Amino acid sequence: MSAAIASGAEPRSRQRHSIFRNHLVRAAISLVAFILLWEMGSRLKLPWVGAVPPPTVVMKALLPLLTDQGYWYSWYQSSRRVLTGFLAAMLIGIPFGLAMATSRIFRDVTFPVFEILRPVPPLAWVPAAIIFWPTQELSIGFVIFLGAIFTIMLNVIGGARSIDLRFFQAARSMGSSNWDIFRRIVLPGVLPSIIVGCEVGIGITWNVVVAAEMISGGGGAIQSSAGGGLGFFIWNSYIGGSYPLIVVGMISIGIAGYISSSIIRRLGLLVTPWMRVR
Amino acid sequence: MSEAAAAVAQHAAKGAIRIQNVDKVYYAREGRVQAVSECSLDIRAGEICMIVGPSGCGKTTLLNAIAGFHDITGGAIYLDGQMLCGPDKPKAEPGPDRVVVFQNGSLFPWKTNLDNVAFGPVVQGRMTRKEAAEKARGMMADAGLVGVEHNYPGEISSGMRRRVEIVRALMNDPKVLLLDEPFRALDSLTKSVMHEALLEIYYRNKVTIFFITHDLEEAIFLGHRVAIMTTRPCKPKKILDVDIPHPRNYSVLTSPRFRSLMEETVSAVHEEAVKAFEAGEKEM
Repeated sequence: MSAAIASGAEPRSRQRHSIFRNHLVRAAISLVAFILLWEMGSRLKLPWVGAVPPPTVVMKALLPLLTDQGYWYSWYQSSRRVLTGFLAAMLIGIPFGLAMATSRIFRDVTFPVFEILRPVPPLAWVPAAIIFWPTQELSIGFVIFLGAIFTIMLNVIGGARSIDLRFFQAARSMGSSNWDIFRRIVLPGVLPSIIVGCEVGIGITWNVVVAAEMISGGGGAIQSSAGGGLGFFIWNSYIGGSYPLIVVGMISIGIAGYISSSIIRRLGLLVTPWMRVR
Repeated sequence: MSEAAAAVAQHAAKGAIRIQNVDKVYYAREGRVQAVSECSLDIRAGEICMIVGPSGCGKTTLLNAIAGFHDITGGAIYLDGQMLCGPDKPKAEPGPDRVVVFQNGSLFPWKTNLDNVAFGPVVQGRMTRKEAAEKARGMMADAGLVGVEHNYPGEISSGMRRRVEIVRALMNDPKVLLLDEPFRALDSLTKSVMHEALLEIYYRNKVTIFFITHDLEEAIFLGHRVAIMTTRPCKPKKILDVDIPHPRNYSVLTSPRFRSLMEETVSAVHEEAVKAFEAGEKEM
């Protein structure tokens, strides 16, 4: 493709591929180094790290869990809750954000309430959530929902505002109706910001999952590894005094968050193919 | 009638712009700004009219008024005898008969070049997406844009982007093309290629071109006439007939006539530039 060469936007796919490989090697090195340092720090009883069980002990605690249904059920429970709360946040946050970005009246009316509610940490919502909602699951979902919605909305509003004015002018001068402008300019223009909002938002839902699942009280199960969710798993391990299991829970949430964010990123690139050329 | 005007009159079809006593006042942080004052200019149908003036003199204000992006506070603007904006209607309705090509480009980054070009007729409901794409492909090919149809604007060079954007504007069958320093960001070599490309496109399409620029060489090379504007408030200080026959190509640049026209322009523009500089106008 002569154009690509002329533009200096040469074979990026090839370039990206080799970087991607380097990137994997570097990631592996960083992980191994992290685990080694942790192991050493823990065994040498260095301050702070000394109190944390070393990776070998954590692994020992983890191995039997890998075949434990309860542990995987916790994964399932937490993922289901995060996904539900997050989807609800998207479903409500994106249209709300778009409405706030495109209608001045709507923004003037809703913005003060939005700004007052936004800084309230999801943890602070826990008691209220328990009182508000009839079932435990709804309360948990609500706290998770709160974790994501504000970030999603802020990104939608910010993204819509940062769309270049000339795009609107160009579209107008080519005869676009208001609906055309919304559909063909605002929506695609804001899409990259929606994706960033979702990527950050789903990370936050995992941040709040511990707080949210304290509500669950184990989901009816008494044993530490039974299905209260990963957040509850940590809380319960703490109550039971099992430190290696706390770390297992922490790592599990870390991995779950990482996987969720990468899935969103991937899906995001699928729906915004033009962003790949940047 | 000058030779240039006669050449224009031959294909004179649509797209005569009459700017009549236009005033534009706006209020900025520094207070009341008279951007345009008593500005009158007649642009003939099918003419390339170059608008030259110091930075921030109000040229773009004029363009925005014609395009319908901003209102005017006095006077009137007509297109083929029909009032676009005037006393009872300070702001013109933007429309596909007057399409703007912007300084830094406004191709939609989320659409492929082909979809960008096909945009106008589709939103106007004049063509289906398929018909528009077909026409777009043809027009892009005419402008030497082959093989980039399915690329995104971010994947091609800035010179090509500018050409895509001009073709996108022409897809609307406009009476007037409003160009706001479209080649400003290009290096001088690319610019010279773009000038010839624009003329080629013009010879095929014969639309009226309202072209804002700082670049005197560009102004004289492209224009039938060059309107040199005063610094704020903006109005024509001098209108220069460029009596070099079209079609032109780059050999014109070294002709004695071109040089003498340059000299004539330079002194007029320089005077205004000094005034603007002393008034402390900021770069716009």
